[in-house]
Formats: sequence, C-alpha cells, structure tokens
Amino acid sequence: MRTSFGERMLDLIVSGFLWGIRILIVSVIVIGTIGTLRTGQYTSEQWIDFVVFGVAQGSIYALIALGYTMVYGILRMINFAHGDIFMTGAFGAYFIATWLTNTGFVDANPVLGLLIPILFAMGIAAAIAMLVERIAYRPLRGAPRLVPLISAIGASFFLEYAFRGFFGPGKYAYPPIKALEGSWEIFGIGILKVQIVVTIAAFIMMAILYFIVMFTKVGKAMRAVSENKDTAALMGIDVNRIIVSTFALGAAMAGAAGVLFSLVYRQIDFFMGFTPGIKAFTAAVLGGIGNIPGAMVGGLVLGVFESIGPSLFLEGLGITRPYQLKDAIAYTMLVMILLFRPSGILGERLTTKKA
Amino acid sequence: MSMLTVENAHTYYGNIHALKGINITIEKGEIVTLIGGNGAGKTTTLRTISGLLKPREGDITYEDESLLKYKAHEIVYKGISMVPEGRGVFARLTVTENLEMGAYSLSNKQDMGNNMERVFNLFPRLKERRSQLAGTLSGGEQQMLATGRALMADPRLLLMDEPSMGLAPVLVELIFETIEQINKTGVTILLVEQNALMALSIAHRGYVLQTGEIVISDTAQNLKDNPTVQKAYLGME
Repeated sequence: MRTSFGERMLDLIVSGFLWGIRILIVSVIVIGTIGTLRTGQYTSEQWIDFVVFGVAQGSIYALIALGYTMVYGILRMINFAHGDIFMTGAFGAYFIATWLTNTGFVDANPVLGLLIPILFAMGIAAAIAMLVERIAYRPLRGAPRLVPLISAIGASFFLEYAFRGFFGPGKYAYPPIKALEGSWEIFGIGILKVQIVVTIAAFIMMAILYFIVMFTKVGKAMRAVSENKDTAALMGIDVNRIIVSTFALGAAMAGAAGVLFSLVYRQIDFFMGFTPGIKAFTAAVLGGIGNIPGAMVGGLVLGVFESIGPSLFLEGLGITRPYQLKDAIAYTMLVMILLFRPSGILGERLTTKKA
Repeated sequence: MSMLTVENAHTYYGNIHALKGINITIEKGEIVTLIGGNGAGKTTTLRTISGLLKPREGDITYEDESLLKYKAHEIVYKGISMVPEGRGVFARLTVTENLEMGAYSLSNKQDMGNNMERVFNLFPRLKERRSQLAGTLSGGEQQMLATGRALMADPRLLLMDEPSMGLAPVLVELIFETIEQINKTGVTILLVEQNALMALSIAHRGYVLQTGEIVISDTAQNLKDNPTVQKAYLGME
C-alpha cells in the first residue's frame, strides 16, 4: 500500500508527539528526583515508610485488580461495577465489625475480630456480584462489547445510589481493632501494625486465589472457559456456572479488600469504591489485563509509585503540596501504559486465535 | 434402534440456512463418515449433534432420547464427546490439564487416572510432553491431545471434525490408525473429513453432504466406487 505524503507527515507528527511525552515524563521524573534528593528533606526512614505504606495500599489495589482481570479474562469485559462491589463488602463488614466491637468480642479475640468481618464481606460482595452478573450482564452476553460496558456503568451507579439511599450520604467510622494500634519495630524501624497486617492478609488472599485458579477443578475450568467457551462446553463444563464462579471469586477478593481498606482509612461511605476501583483497574491494565500475576504486580507497583511518587518526583520540582497529586500520578500511569505498552508489564500480546 | 438418529434437521446461522433437513443414522460400533466440500455443512452437523447449535426444525435422538432438551455441556454426560475443528486445545493449559478438562464430566478421580493412562498408552508422545503448555505442541501433537482429551470422558459416541486438517501425510495415517483402534475398543465414531479417500478407507458407511443436504448415502466401499464421488471428492477422472 502506498501512503500519501500527508499521511506520512501525520504519522511523523504523532510519533514525534508521543516521543515528546515520553521525554517529558522521564525528565519530570529525573529532574524531580534529583531535586528532591538534593534538598535531603526526607530521612531514609521516611522513605521506607513511604514504601511500606505503598506496599500495604498496593496489596489492596492488587486484591481488587484480581476481580477486574479475571472477569476480563473470561468475558473480555471491564466490570466497572467492581469498585462498588468492594464498597458493598466494606459496608457489610462495617455492621458486623461494629457489633462485634461493641460486644467486646474484638478486644477479646482480635484475630477472629478481623477474620469474621472479612469472611462476611467476602460473602456479601460475592452474592451481590452474582446478582449483578445475572441481571445486568448475562442477558447481554453476545451483544457488542460496548453494550455490557454501559450496563456495567449503570450497575455501578445503581449500587452507589442504592447504598446512598439505604445508608445516607454521610461517612461511617469503621471501628478500629485495638490490637492493631501502634507499631512494631522491624530492623529498628517502626512500622504501623495495621499496615503489616493488611499486607499479610492481602498476600494470603492472593495466594489462596492463585491456588484456586491454578490447581482446583473449578480454577482450571475458569482458565479453559477464558480460552474458548464452546470447547469448554464440549468438555462438559457448564460455562455459565464457571462465569458466575469467576464473578464470585473476584468479588470475594474485593470484599476482603474492602475490609482491609477500611482498617487503614477508618471510614466508609457509599462512594468509597470509585477511586480504589479505578486505581485497581489501572493496576490490572498495568500488569496486563487478563493476567492474574500481572494484577498482583500491577497493584503493588501502582501502590508504591503512588506513595513515593509525589515526594520523590514532584516535590523536587517545587510543587508545594505534592501529595494532592498522587491520584494524578496513578492516572498518568494509566494513560502512559495505554499509549506505550497496552499489553502491560506481564501481558503477552494477545492474539485472538492461538491454537 | 439406532444409536443416533438425526431426523430432518434444519440448522441456521442467523438467517443462513446451513442444514436443510438432513437425515443421518449411526449404529452402535460403526465408523460413519461425512464427506463434502467447504461450506457443505459438515461442521454444522457435528455442532448440531453436540448441542452447540440447536436445529430450528427436526429432531436428534440418541439412545432413545431426544437430545434437543439438553445443553452442550449436558450432552457430554450422555456419552458424546467431540474433537472440534482446528483441534481447539486450551493453549495456555498444560497437556495434563487439557486431559483433566476432558474428564470434567467424570465424578471419579480414579477413572480419570485410568483414562489418562489409556490416553498416554495410545499417544506416548503426550506423556513425554505432559507438563508442557498445549500451545507449544506441534500440530500433530495437538491433534493427539484433542483426540485424547475427548476420550477422557469415556464417550460411547465420538464426533471428530477434520482430524487430518493441516497434518503431514505420515501423521494423517497415524491419526486414522488411531481412529480405527479407538473404534475397536467399542467407541462409535462419526468422522467429518475433507480427506475423503482416507475417511472412506476406514469407515463402514458414509454420507455425502452438499450445500446443507445429504446427496448420497451408502456403504464406504460403494461410495469409493461411485463415479460421482470419485470425480467430486476423490480427485479421480
């Protein structure tokens, strides 16, 4: 094919523009970092603090991102209601955690006091996700891809405003667990207990999910369905049941993440799922959407970047309140990935037909 | 009573009338082949039997029961397995995992182990590659895997869609020998093939499908001797 001179010029301009963006981003990062490090206003202990907080936050993003990536893997659809599923988990846990705290149960049994709300949140989130799948997505299976996407956005609004209707627009204080107050000294550095526990809990959940997907019958069936639904059906796999299980499993992870998030931020409201939802979506894209280890890596990378980024990259540029810009860092990352590496960190270039 | 009867089946893709009232019967223990050119409706016939497509008219009876009320994944439990066109192995699952998926309908883990042993005996190559991802196998190995995977469910009727497609002649012979071997263990086979000569050499009976209609139905020997078939499908003048 011969391209006209105009088209070639346009290509040149576009690629020049993209290179300009790359150079701009890299120079912002480099100049900002040098600027920050030269002033030396943060001690190394503070940097470690940033990283630890980033890992805790990132492991929560990773847990939510798993749901996005699994549903995408199996239906090639972005479940934009997933962030709100996370919110429903947090709300479910809030009521039971408040009750358990008021009866003194949490103080007496801190481990169970953490576990019971998590299990409860997982159950609620899974149940609601299964309903959403049944009502808002399944009837649209086979429709053009834009249609379920719009339905997902509708489901997202529905969940947000249904919860606003039930529980009001205000914020609820999530009851803290006394045993998790204060910090532990690790290698001479004080780290908040809650961050350590959140990180460990998130990693345990991820390990469980990875085990389910890799080694159980239903997990293998999920992977088979994500490759080819017709062939999976020819194996005797009930494809609809596997799709529902995928929604439920991803939602259970989001529900657990809702509790962990609430333990860190101590407050919940009907809109709390929006930002973490988009961040987790970013994490899933960052890791390579459809790729489960990718979602975990993407979540951690995003969490850490978001945590150290403002101080490291932006403060050195003379921005006075860089922490206000942490969301901008996350979204800039999303745009950058989509522009320069749409397949993500661990993503393979997905061809539609492989075998 | 025949094992499988397809009666006046009309199947559509949207508005395209792909099967125009076909009739097929298969007796227990037979190898029956369905030959015909591209777009004749061979794959559509198999997909209609396996439940991936539902006929708009007509009936499919298997072991005295209509299959129309069952979904594709339920039909597997009745004892019908399919080796899909283009093999359709799960590329990102290992060979063993693919075989496990084939045994999805079995409730007993012991049976799965036995069947896997049997498949590995039939295709020793698969045993060597059992922990490899299926996507990394050669075309011939993928065909072995797809066939072995279908056998994992202990089928009584095996539907095979173009097992020779894209394979080197040596491998084609191997696959056809295996099909005869499988048939000797008591599995009834419906074989769809473009390679009519090979198919007719192992089949007992055959049907010739042309633009959605069965035009000839006869024993394999008679089909091989039929001048029309020779001219159109066996490449003889």
